[in-house]
Amino acid sequence: MSVDTAPRPTGPAPAPKASPTGRTGSGMVGSSQGGRWWLYLVLTVALVAVIAPFVWMVLGSFKGEGELRQVPPTWLPESASLDNYTQLFSKLNFGQYFTNSIVVAVVVTAGNLIFCSMLGYALAMLDFRGKKVIFTAVMGTLMIPGVVTFVPLFVLVANAGLIDTIPGLFLPFLVSPFGVFLMRQFILGLPKDLLDAGRVDGAGELRIFFRIILPLCGPALATLGILTFLGSWNNFLWPLVVAQSEDRYTLPVALALYSTGQNSTNYGLLLAGATVVIIPILVVFLIFQKRFIEGIATTGLK
Amino acid sequence: MTAQTGTTGSPTGPVTPPPVTAPGRPDDGSSRGAGDGGSRGQAGTARRREGRAAWILAIPFCLLFLAFTAWPVIQSLFMSITDTKARDLRHPFSVNVIGLDNFTKALSDPTFRKAAGNTAYFVLVGMPLTLVVALAAAVALDKGITRFRAIFRLGFYMPVITSIVAVAVVWRFLLQDPGGLINTALGWVGITGPNWLGDPSWSMPSLILMASWRNFGTAMIIFLAGLQAVPAELHEAAAIDGAGAWKRFRFVTMPLLRPTLLFVMVTTAIGYLQFFEEPFVMTKGGPLNSTISLSMYTYQQFGFGNYGLASAMSYLIFVVIAIVTALQFRLLRERT
Repeated sequence: MSVDTAPRPTGPAPAPKASPTGRTGSGMVGSSQGGRWWLYLVLTVALVAVIAPFVWMVLGSFKGEGELRQVPPTWLPESASLDNYTQLFSKLNFGQYFTNSIVVAVVVTAGNLIFCSMLGYALAMLDFRGKKVIFTAVMGTLMIPGVVTFVPLFVLVANAGLIDTIPGLFLPFLVSPFGVFLMRQFILGLPKDLLDAGRVDGAGELRIFFRIILPLCGPALATLGILTFLGSWNNFLWPLVVAQSEDRYTLPVALALYSTGQNSTNYGLLLAGATVVIIPILVVFLIFQKRFIEGIATTGLK
Repeated sequence: MTAQTGTTGSPTGPVTPPPVTAPGRPDDGSSRGAGDGGSRGQAGTARRREGRAAWILAIPFCLLFLAFTAWPVIQSLFMSITDTKARDLRHPFSVNVIGLDNFTKALSDPTFRKAAGNTAYFVLVGMPLTLVVALAAAVALDKGITRFRAIFRLGFYMPVITSIVAVAVVWRFLLQDPGGLINTALGWVGITGPNWLGDPSWSMPSLILMASWRNFGTAMIIFLAGLQAVPAELHEAAAIDGAGAWKRFRFVTMPLLRPTLLFVMVTTAIGYLQFFEEPFVMTKGGPLNSTISLSMYTYQQFGFGNYGLASAMSYLIFVVIAIVTALQFRLLRERT
C-alpha cells in the first residue's frame, strides 16, 4: 500500500498549525542579521523573471494590434485602451464562457465539499460493514493517473447522452478520492468525545455530523474548496472534448480554440482573454493565500 | 467481511487514532462479551443505527465514485484487450477480444517509443531542474532573508495557479523567433537566439523551461514547510561546532529533509510522467514529433478513435508511474 503512505511525510492532518507563513525569527543562525543584500538582489531578479510574463500579458492586453507587432516589443502601452476587452465580451461571447466556467466550478466545489466530508466523517469516526473495502478502493485510485480513466469516461458520458451538456462537464468531478482523504485525515484529529456527547444529548447520527462535526471542519473545507475550485477553473482537456458547441465552452476551451483558430493573429484579443482567465483565480488566491499555501504544504496537491 | 462488524476496527490507514478513543475500547468489548442481555441489545441497536447512518453518508459518494472512477478504471482495463474503436460506441457487441495485441502494437510503434524517449528526457532533465530551483528558493526564503518573504513566496507561486491555456498564449510570445521577448533580450547581449519552438533540438528544452517555471512553486511551498520542521537548535549546535553554512545544509538540513524530498520527488515524477498540457497547447507534439509525450500520443490515438489502443497505452503509462514511484521509495527510504 504505497498509496496511503505517499502523503504521509508532511504530517497527519491539515491541522491549522503547519503554516509556512508567520514564523518568528527561528533558525536565524550565524551570518544572518536580517538577511544579506545579495540574496535580496538574486531573489528580486528571480521574482522579476518569474512574474514578467504576467506583467507583460496584462500590459499587452491594453495595447493596440499595431503596437503588439512592433519589433522590438514595448513594455508600457503607448496608448492604453479597453478595446480588446469590450470586443471580447461583445463580439466573442466571453460573458457566456465566463458563466459556464463559474457554474461548473461552483457545482464541482459544492459536490466535493458535501460528499467528501460525509464519507470522510463516516470513515474517520463511524464503524460500519464495508468500511475497509470503501477505504481501500478510494485510496487505491488516488494514484491512478487521469489518462487511464479518460477514454472510458468519455464513452460513458457519450452513452448517457451528456456530451455537449453542462452536467457532462461537472458530473465526473463531483467527488474525488483526494477530497475524502483530506477530510478523513482532518476529522480523525477531532476528539471522538464529541460523538458521545451528541449521543448522550439524544441527537441523531446525521444530526451529529451536520450540526456538531461539520462546523468544526472549517479549515479542511476551506482548503478542499479552494483546491477544487482552482482545479475545476483551470481544467482544460475534459471540457475541450465534451463542450462541442460554443454555448458550452468554458473559458480555457474558448481561449484555446481562439488562439489556434482564425483569431490567432489577433494578439490583443488573446492577451485580454488570457488575462480574463487568470484574474479571477488570482483574486481568489490573493484573498485566501494563507489557506491555499497550507493546503499545498500539507497535501502536496494542487 | 463479517470480521469487521464489531468495534474491532481501529481506523485503517496511516494515521493513529486520537488517544481519546483508546480507553473506551476494552470496556466496549467486555460489555459485549459478558454483559447482561439488556445492555447487549442496546449496544446492538446503537451499532446498527451507527452503521445505517454511516451508509447514508457514504452512499452519494460511493455511487458517483463507482460510476465515474471505479467503473472507468475497470472498463479501460477491459478495453485495452479489445479492438474497441469509436464507431463501436453504437454497437458495443461488435467488439472483439484480442488479448495483448494492443500492448505489443504500442510497444513496437516507433512513435510510441519516440514518445517514451521524450517523456524520459522531460522527466530526467525537468524534474531535477524543478527541484533544485524550488529547493534553492525555499532555502533562501527560509533562512536567508527576513523581510518581504510573503511577497517573494506569492510571486514564485503565481505560475502554479494560472491556466495552462493562458500561460501558453503568453509563452508563445516570449518564445517567438523573430521578435519574441526572450530572443530580443538575448539580442541585447549579442546572442542570436534559436527558433525555440520551431527547432526540433530546442523545442523540448523550451517546454522543460516552461514546465519548471510553472511547477517549481508547488515544490517550493512543500520544501518550505519541511525546512520549518528542522529544529533551530540543531543548526545552532552545528554552528558552535564550527560547521559552515554549506556543511550545515548538507549534514543537518538535508538528512532531516529526506521525507519531504521523497514526497516532492514522488509527486513531481507522477505529474511529469503524465506530461501533456505543455506540448498540447504549445507544439502539438511537433516539430517532427520532438515534443510528443506518452500522454499526448495516447490522446492522439483516442482522437483517431482507437479506444482500445489508447487504453492499453494509458495502462502502460500507469505501470511506468507505479514502477518509478516504488523505485523512489526504495532509494530514499533505505538510506535513512
